[in-house]
Amino acid sequence: MAIFLNKDSKVIVQGMTGATGMKHTKLMLADGTNIVGGVNPRKAGTSVDIDGNEIPVFGTVAEAMEKTGANVSVLFVPPAFAKAAVVEAIDAEIPLAVVITEGIAVHDSAAFWAYAKSKGNKTRIIGPNCPGLITPGQSNAGIIPGDITKPGRIGLVSKSGTLTYQMMYELRDIGFSSAVGIGGDPVIGTTHIDALAAFEADPDTDLIVMIGEIGGDAEERAADFIKANVTKPVVGYVAGFTAPEGKTMGHAGAIVSGSSGTAAAKKEALEAAGVKVGKTPTETAKLAREILAG
Amino acid sequence: MDLFEYQARDLFAKHGVPVLAGEVIDTPEAAREATERLGGKSVVKAQVKVGGRGKAGGVKLAATPDEAVARATDILGMDIKGHTVHKVMIAETAPEIVEEYYVSYLLDRTNRTFLAMASVQGGVEIEVVAEENPDALAKVPVDANEGVSIEKAREIVAQAKFPAEVADQVAEILVTLWDTFIKEDALLVEVNPLAKVASGKVIALDGKVSLDENAEFRQPDHEALVDHAAANPLEAAAKAKNLNYVKLDGEVGIIGNGAGLVMSTLDVVAYAGENHGGVKPANFLDIGGGASAAVMANGLEIILGDPDVKSVFVNVFGGITACDEVANGIVQALQLLADKGEEVTKPLVVRLDGNNAELGRQILSDANHPLVQRVDTMDGAADKAAELAAAK
Repeated sequence: MAIFLNKDSKVIVQGMTGATGMKHTKLMLADGTNIVGGVNPRKAGTSVDIDGNEIPVFGTVAEAMEKTGANVSVLFVPPAFAKAAVVEAIDAEIPLAVVITEGIAVHDSAAFWAYAKSKGNKTRIIGPNCPGLITPGQSNAGIIPGDITKPGRIGLVSKSGTLTYQMMYELRDIGFSSAVGIGGDPVIGTTHIDALAAFEADPDTDLIVMIGEIGGDAEERAADFIKANVTKPVVGYVAGFTAPEGKTMGHAGAIVSGSSGTAAAKKEALEAAGVKVGKTPTETAKLAREILAG
Repeated sequence: MDLFEYQARDLFAKHGVPVLAGEVIDTPEAAREATERLGGKSVVKAQVKVGGRGKAGGVKLAATPDEAVARATDILGMDIKGHTVHKVMIAETAPEIVEEYYVSYLLDRTNRTFLAMASVQGGVEIEVVAEENPDALAKVPVDANEGVSIEKAREIVAQAKFPAEVADQVAEILVTLWDTFIKEDALLVEVNPLAKVASGKVIALDGKVSLDENAEFRQPDHEALVDHAAANPLEAAAKAKNLNYVKLDGEVGIIGNGAGLVMSTLDVVAYAGENHGGVKPANFLDIGGGASAAVMANGLEIILGDPDVKSVFVNVFGGITACDEVANGIVQALQLLADKGEEVTKPLVVRLDGNNAELGRQILSDANHPLVQRVDTMDGAADKAAELAAAK
């Protein structure tokens, strides 16, 4: 099982032929991901040899899907062209589009989200500005290192890439069903709530770790969702208690404005929903261990 | 990036939102000519990126060019809520104001859509209206791809219950304000007050604009709007080196990879500091993935150049980045700084985990630099860095 991504996922890469795209396509292949093609209109009809794998390049997402049965696209397209690439993926109705690209203008992400919605949300968007997702032992769609941990029964959803890695590392001996990096931008496709709902329904997940950070109210809304809908234990961590008001902390969405978006408010909301919240990543991992040990 | 009022005014004017004439100056003497150009009287307005400047004495009427010079002399250099006034706007005096309204567009993160907000109760802080009289503030979602047509603008006007005699004017302003929002890649455009004056005309008297820095690639004009004077010198130096750095007020310098991990590092150091005399993180610095020795050197140089810093905590989780490269980066960075003749005296605590962590730790051990200590857990390393900062 696992969520959103498994061994049957057929993955294409938009922007595969660029330097970043090539580097990570190679790594995804090494993790056993079934990469069936790349997309680049200027190199359509050619193919690329990556470690002995002959990967065909298609002109469009629709063509790649038709020829290969692809159902996941990972996007390494530069910010200026990312909106058009996501819109193309939505038009092709690919079930999952994982947008790794960092630095997309908010008007562009708001526009492709509105477009996805107007098309009935047939494409699940993860990101932008995210590390993607991994189902250890099965498939890796993005840039999460495949060798941190093994398959297991913890589900992880996080706004931050490196905190995803840190948490997978802390709990590497237990292993993960899936780990999903949803990104730290102001407008993202898949939310904490979407991932929580999927992990709740996934028979291979016993416990969920949720990592949030300052900015917006996604964690507060996730807390309401957990209270009403999640029966599995959830352990939480929130970064940014010491962040000053009005300063963006690295991620475009990570900003406290006035009293909204503070880490303290998020922690409080999660605890009120019965979520155990750790003070540090290590303490959070310890809380997860205690729950799993019964 | 938040803009000054005069910059917002310029953008409004560029896109057809009606505004009063005005120009920005930074010396008292320039107020004379600017006021003469406006017919002999003006309003002298402090340009600061904080609310409440009127109450603080930062907005004054001048009945003559001489008076404008005197008021500009008073206001330039004034401190308003910690912001020093470096510029004033010499604006046309507003005709008699009959009514004050409010209009804005912004991103509604919760609903992942744009939002129009409008109220006939303008001229006061809109947060107060939203709190005390929420029915007086209309909130209308705007689809990013459909935008604000004149029909949509009329819908906003109707929902906010604007008086019939200004409805057409406000609707037109809402369309031009939407143009400003879209064409400038703004995160916020706000007019407050939007004033009806005695002649019946509706004018944007004051406003706020915040621009999206991710859109710089298609907004070449926005670079000129950056307020270099206000930037902290360390932040300015970091920006010049493309480093993602925010100055904070503590003593432990922080370098890490990934925004989330660095934010978390600040918190962990602050907790550790509670046991060490209350020391706190001195900065946020994310060197990103795949940091080279040069990037590490740039980062270390900025942090070591901060007189507030007493110790440094380098916290790296090697994902794609290999820890041996990071370790080499630290060793080379210290060598580079030594070669440049910079004396490094502040202790560094380094925690490396993840990809090639063992190799990286070995490199640091072999280098045996007297100022570098290895601690292999994040919480333990934070505690050591806080302890060292407190001991200095």
